[in-house]
Amino acid sequence: MRLTVRLFAAFRERAGAGSIEIELPEGATVADLLAQIAASSPALAPMLKSARPVLNQEFALPGEVLKASDEVALLPPVSGGSVISPLLDLLNRHNEDIL
Amino acid sequence: MTENPRFWLTEDVLDAQIVAARVDDPACGAVVTFIGNVRQTNEGRDVHYLEYEAFPGMAEAKMAEIAREIEERWGLSQVAIVHRIGRCAIGEASIIIAVASPHRKEAFEACHYAIDRVKQIVPIWKREVWRDGAVWIGMHA
Repeated sequence: MRLTVRLFAAFRERAGAGSIEIELPEGATVADLLAQIAASSPALAPMLKSARPVLNQEFALPGEVLKASDEVALLPPVSGGSVISPLLDLLNRHNEDIL
Repeated sequence: MTENPRFWLTEDVLDAQIVAARVDDPACGAVVTFIGNVRQTNEGRDVHYLEYEAFPGMAEAKMAEIAREIEERWGLSQVAIVHRIGRCAIGEASIIIAVASPHRKEAFEACHYAIDRVKQIVPIWKREVWRDGAVWIGMHA
């Protein structure tokens, strides 16, 4: 299946586009999607660790199985206004809250 | 979308009175509004202006989710949230939250909770533009 992954803010600028197309086998999970993006979009790869995958406008777990009809988005890191370095820590905390 | 939504994004200048009017309720003796303004300096750097980008649809849905959380926690059903998108000048409001409640204590608490939650779950990012550069710095600040 072919999925369109919407990108925002820093991810959109890095990729140079508002979305990317990703080809995945049936039954692929959110984790598979991230791995495929890392392989096919080197510009995004370094930032994926802090990305928050979203399915149909809800934060998604790595194990969730994708459907061709899903609206997929990859959200850049969260931050309370601080710059880059504390970002990963902050994000991990947020992810724990949410996931 | 209704004509007067309680959770919305706009490129226009924000007006606290309009947001407060969306939570108008004769049963409520308190309305607390939070206004987040664009600061002139951040982390020691002079900010030229800010640009906000949202994931439309999801952003409003997450604002509504925060209102549901407030309803569960405080029993308050009158919450309105608006966020600017696009270019925002120094001193302009980037977000306004209004919470109405029969008594003031719950309205203050719920409004504080709402702004903290906006930073956690509402997909809006801020690009800080200086005279000599720019950086995306997260969902909200």
